[in-house]
Amino acid sequence: MTLNLRGAFAIFRNELMRMFRTAFGSILSPVITTSLYLVVFGAAIGGRMELPGGVGYGAFIVPGLLMLTLLTESTSNASFGIYMPKFTGAIYELLSAPVGVAETLIGFVGAAAVKSLILAAVILGTAALIIDYQIAHPLLAFFYILLVSATFSLLGFIIGLWATGFEKLQIIPLLVLMPLTFLGGTFYSIDLLPEPWRTVALFNPVVYLVNGLRWTFLGQSDFPIALSLGATMAFLLACVAVIGWIFNSGWRLRE
Amino acid sequence: MTHLAKRLQIGGGWPTSRFMHEPILDICGLEKTYKGGVQALKGVDLTIRRGEIFALLGPNGAGKTTLIGAVCGLVNPTGGTIAAFGEDIRRHWKRARQKIGLVPQELSFDMFDKVIRQVRYSRGMFGLPPDEARIEEVLRSLSLWDKRDAQIRELSGGMKRRVMIAKALSHDPELLFLDEPTAGVDVELRRDMWRQIDALRARGVTIILTTHYIEEAEEMADRVGVINKGQILLVDDKDAIMAKLGRTEAHFMLASPVADVPAVLSSYPLHLEEEGRRLVYRGGDGTGKGKREVAELAQIMAREGIVFTGLDTRDSTLEDIFVDLVEGKLENAA
Ligand SMILES: Nc1ncnc2c1ncn2[C@@H]1O[C@H](COP(=O)(O)OP(=O)(O)OP(=O)(O)O)[C@@H](O)[C@H]1O
Ligand SMILES: [Mg+2]
Repeated sequence: MTLNLRGAFAIFRNELMRMFRTAFGSILSPVITTSLYLVVFGAAIGGRMELPGGVGYGAFIVPGLLMLTLLTESTSNASFGIYMPKFTGAIYELLSAPVGVAETLIGFVGAAAVKSLILAAVILGTAALIIDYQIAHPLLAFFYILLVSATFSLLGFIIGLWATGFEKLQIIPLLVLMPLTFLGGTFYSIDLLPEPWRTVALFNPVVYLVNGLRWTFLGQSDFPIALSLGATMAFLLACVAVIGWIFNSGWRLRE
Repeated sequence: MTHLAKRLQIGGGWPTSRFMHEPILDICGLEKTYKGGVQALKGVDLTIRRGEIFALLGPNGAGKTTLIGAVCGLVNPTGGTIAAFGEDIRRHWKRARQKIGLVPQELSFDMFDKVIRQVRYSRGMFGLPPDEARIEEVLRSLSLWDKRDAQIRELSGGMKRRVMIAKALSHDPELLFLDEPTAGVDVELRRDMWRQIDALRARGVTIILTTHYIEEAEEMADRVGVINKGQILLVDDKDAIMAKLGRTEAHFMLASPVADVPAVLSSYPLHLEEEGRRLVYRGGDGTGKGKREVAELAQIMAREGIVFTGLDTRDSTLEDIFVDLVEGKLENAA
């Protein structure tokens, strides 16, 4: 069974075009939100704070805020991407075409991940105008951003398949990801938390994601980078496995 | 018609004759029970010949869309087998789908996209390289070329349906499913659609269409299948169905009522209605025998001085046959 690369690319390109039809809102709004956080917490308040290790507070929260945006945007973009054809009925074409899991994932998840990468670049560029920060390990940072974008686009894809209404698309990003990210050390090091909250925080998976990205930016974080990378990849594989099962069983796809 | 056929260039070039006798689609004991417990298909057997136009007739909820969905990958069958192009479609689904086109019953696409982009997208999704000339050909053949840069939501319903067809034709399928292609389409557009289908037939495309318009099956189809409640009631050549089940009905309005059917007419299938004021003929078959007999009757009655003031004749259509079949009146005939 050969891979229908042309089909995968057609889906990918169609998805990117669909996203860029609404690019103005969908890129601009997260960029503005992130910029506001940076101005208020990073430049205004954080300008007077310095963290252990001589890191400015602004530079400390840049990777945290970037992670917040990546998680919510990747998830909601990918979920919306696959939910829309389900909603309009256009999914019939996907189901009747010679495309399988691989082509569909390359198309939908690839496009959502690419959009997240573009978003990350715009956010980092905007942040540079507001805050003075450096990226200690640029290549690793890029790889990590890519990994997180792909992983959460996969999660979004699953949510989009699962969702039976528009409101469900927003539940996970708003009610799960957003709070977990806020509590996951976007704005603080969990070492600053008093017990028992510090121990509770260790059960929040997003803590490892935020710290992973922070490590690539600052060269230091609450955990070793290997732990963060390992956790992210494990999550990615879990998502792929779930999606594989979905396609095999036809759940929420085929009657 | 021929230039239309040329313009449509569908699936051009494969040696049609070689495969003429191999069924393009072979459905065996197909069953589908939906999660809610509805049994939409109850062991359907159906063989479709290469190059034919097959009309699937059935009332709402008969299982037509489910049957199409099972072949096209939208519905997971709960039993039976489907072979397309001589191969099991579960095993060789990619190869089979490559050659199958589907125009579903509902209008469904990204309404905000442009016509030409959607058609290109479909072609790409089926794994074919871009071919602008071919896309133009398809769009022109469906009179969509002028609308190619319009957003789909701006088009009329009939135009939207054409976009669905253009999408399905963009990868030059050998087997095309049209699920109620002319639902909600005006008479002119419907005739136009028939011409399109004719042109596709000329290119050797095998077409399976479902319809509520029996007229359409009569006009277009080589063979007709009647499905009801998940079961195929009848499959036959359209002409054979008409010959076997066709009837002519004639009403003679008599100037003065009679008590019995006149003896000179006793060899014809006649009876009286409306207290002897109306003489009703019901007989013949789909070959014109009925019309001949009615003409004979009229002559005999004129000769015998049986005056009639009016005559209505009507040939039963496929529609009557269909209604009778579905209502169970013709179960033995089938
Ligand atoms: N997704 C579904 N879930 C449950 N039942 C379904 C589903 N789709 C169809 N059915 C049922 O299966 C039966 C056959 O439906 P189907 O759509 O195949 O009929 P149809 O012949 O295409 O009808 P129509 O002429 O109205 O399009 C109906 O009883 C219908 O209610
Ligand atoms: Mg239907």
